[in-house]
Amino acid sequence: MSDYILSMEHITKVYPNGFVANRDVSLSVEKGEIHALSGENGAGKSTLMKVLFGEEQPEEGKIFFEGREIHPENSISAIKMGIGMVHQHFMLVPSLTVAENIVLGMEPGRFGYFNKREAFRRASEIIEKYRFSIDPRERVENLPVGDKQKVEILKALYRGAKLLILDEPTAVLTPQETEELFVQMNLLKAQGHTLIFISHKLREIKQICEHITVLRGGRTVGTARVADVTEQEISRMMVGRDVMLEIEKPPAHPGKTVLQVRDLPLSDRPDAPTISFDIREGEILGVAGVEGNGQSELAMSIAGLLPYKTGSIRLKGKELRGLSVRKIRALGLSHISEDRMSYGCAADANIEENLFSTTIYQKKYSRFGLLRGKLLDRRTDELIREYRIKCSEKKEPVRMLSGGNIQKVVVAREFSGNTPMILANQPTRGIDVGATEFIRNKLVDLRTNGAAVLLISADLNEVLEVSDSLLVLSSGGVSAYFADAAQVEEDTLGEYMLGLRQMTAQEIGGAVHEASD
Amino acid sequence: MPEVLRSIFSVDFVYSALRLTTPVLFAALGSLVADRAGVTNIGLEGIMLFSALTGVLGSAYSGSLFVGMLCGLVTGLFIALIMAYFSLQMKADIILTGVAMNLVATGGTVFILYSICGDKSVSTSLSSLVFPTIEIPLIRDIPVLGDILSGHNLLTYLSLVAVVVVWFFLEKSKPGLRIRSVGENAHAAESVGIHVRRVRYGALLLSGALASFGGMFLSMGMLTYFSKNMTAGRGYIALAAQALGNGSAIGTFFASLVFGCAEALSVSLQGVGLPPQFVQMVPYVATILGLVLYAALRKNTKKRVRKHKRRKRGSP
Repeated sequence: MSDYILSMEHITKVYPNGFVANRDVSLSVEKGEIHALSGENGAGKSTLMKVLFGEEQPEEGKIFFEGREIHPENSISAIKMGIGMVHQHFMLVPSLTVAENIVLGMEPGRFGYFNKREAFRRASEIIEKYRFSIDPRERVENLPVGDKQKVEILKALYRGAKLLILDEPTAVLTPQETEELFVQMNLLKAQGHTLIFISHKLREIKQICEHITVLRGGRTVGTARVADVTEQEISRMMVGRDVMLEIEKPPAHPGKTVLQVRDLPLSDRPDAPTISFDIREGEILGVAGVEGNGQSELAMSIAGLLPYKTGSIRLKGKELRGLSVRKIRALGLSHISEDRMSYGCAADANIEENLFSTTIYQKKYSRFGLLRGKLLDRRTDELIREYRIKCSEKKEPVRMLSGGNIQKVVVAREFSGNTPMILANQPTRGIDVGATEFIRNKLVDLRTNGAAVLLISADLNEVLEVSDSLLVLSSGGVSAYFADAAQVEEDTLGEYMLGLRQMTAQEIGGAVHEASD
Repeated sequence: MPEVLRSIFSVDFVYSALRLTTPVLFAALGSLVADRAGVTNIGLEGIMLFSALTGVLGSAYSGSLFVGMLCGLVTGLFIALIMAYFSLQMKADIILTGVAMNLVATGGTVFILYSICGDKSVSTSLSSLVFPTIEIPLIRDIPVLGDILSGHNLLTYLSLVAVVVVWFFLEKSKPGLRIRSVGENAHAAESVGIHVRRVRYGALLLSGALASFGGMFLSMGMLTYFSKNMTAGRGYIALAAQALGNGSAIGTFFASLVFGCAEALSVSLQGVGLPPQFVQMVPYVATILGLVLYAALRKNTKKRVRKHKRRKRGSP
């Protein structure tokens, strides 16, 4: 047992509302390893880590850290013991510099004076020690997401963390940033730190972890050496049944053009590259690429959230310029936003309210100016069942749900309207395997039934698996178009994504199926 | 109109602008400290009013200016403490708490005044002490500049010192750094072991202390007695000045100066036969114009900054 730096034994955590988040959960982590903690959303991973980090007190169970039994009462005491946490939502002060964020709470200086120079010196020292590449004088608000995460890690290291908990660190990162993070994690491991890596991305776990502990429904399913199990086996442990990692997809039969995009700029710079394509009934057009190459601008323009000055977007022949979001939706657009919490749902509103937020104005939902409560309740129950939304009741605020279930609420609203055009921007980001599988299958079903789908995703697996045809964006604009996504190799795709290869304008023109008038 | 212009471009005008800036500046600095900690201290008006009264009472009954000042200061701290208790401890809405405090002050000061002096509008029956005016040697002898800068009330100079002190405190001190971090991202501050509530308590108390000097200047500097509702909305104008100051002590000073000028203008316009009710609107109209202008400017800067950043990122 002595080579375990951490053992959590028989942890049971019951929330005041009676919800059992952890039931007799055990976790043992060896010193100097990267240990994966995995499971679907709502499986109890976060709760277990909150218990370890002192943010929640367990009803039962013991925690041993470095051979001693510990009772972390709050995050501060956990930090003192040498446990550090990198939260999924960054705990940083944007207007302060990297160095100031690192030393905050333990500032150098005497008599109330904050010694900025000393703060920079200490920050530089720790940055160098762990070989991070980051400027301590830069303001955090100017940093890309990957660097913000580095600051979080540095903060924990500055406080002397021996055990680092990384809560779904790759959910917000681009593939390149993820690679960089992995290099960094291995470096930390080499320097004797122990890392707990929370993730449900099987490939990443395979790549970087030694052991994996899987939770399901608040219980430990088991711990395994990652090298000894296949991705299939891990996902079965997580979901409790076989998951179809490859979705079944009948061949596409594209019909008439639904959405026509012409010369739409991909940013607001005067020299911005433009994009043109058509999406037809019964077709899923995927957009692959490193994030920040205009995917958001494209999606926001189509959804009516970002006005475009040049170019045109036509939905069923109607120009969308200047139309309100409601009008565009009434024309037949569904939109799953990449930013679930600001555009996808109203977090404080309940499930029912969220399910009807885009359609409540319609005549069928009210009589004599009053809402038809019973009808709405009945439809809500139907949707909760159909989309397998896990909740305690339909009037529960959406923010109480897990990430995957929040996305299911969004998807239920967007997919149930029988719209001819579906815009899905990062539809499965940050959600578990089960919900991901469900949403991907739904997308394919809808397209088989005649909907046109634009799928924007940073998950290469997803765009390759789900799409019928594929556009690739690099920093220089559209770099490739493939009429048959199934034929694309991942390596080839990568080269186009990084802009190492570029198709001719004529080849890319294949995305346009109708001569515009 | 040349008469107006002459009065504006006079030494007296600038002198009185500086003088009229003082109460707004104190309160605006108070608002700044609270705001950086993430709490809007809307109760500045009430704090000023109460302190204006207790300063007069304290000095009149003790015969000591120092005791009077102490009374005003403690009053400011006490009211800030009450506000902090209700908003931070009992989780009442800080805006409502502040508004309530202002309403209590409007009636409460008159009630106290009447109970003690038997007068419902002014405290002239008491002989309040007044903060002294100070002639600055050397500067006093410089033509024009000497007339503008010298001979002000002690509190006016103190308010200028307070600008520097507050700047240093917020930007260079540990508590300042913590106040800023709490105001910007309380969760982040909490996650590194900063007691968010304690920091906010401190910020509100400091805010109350600063505002109390603004109040005392009105009754023990500008005038020599307390008069009913003598703050006349300066606590609110201070909030606007702080917003215009863009979060910095120096900016807050200049914004306060603008309002001081507006008030001085309103005073000098009264001499030229415009209806006084109309002229008295000037400082408040200036507040609204200032805020609109500020919003417009800020929108532009933001756009430019964003564009600039994109360009920087775009070129490898």
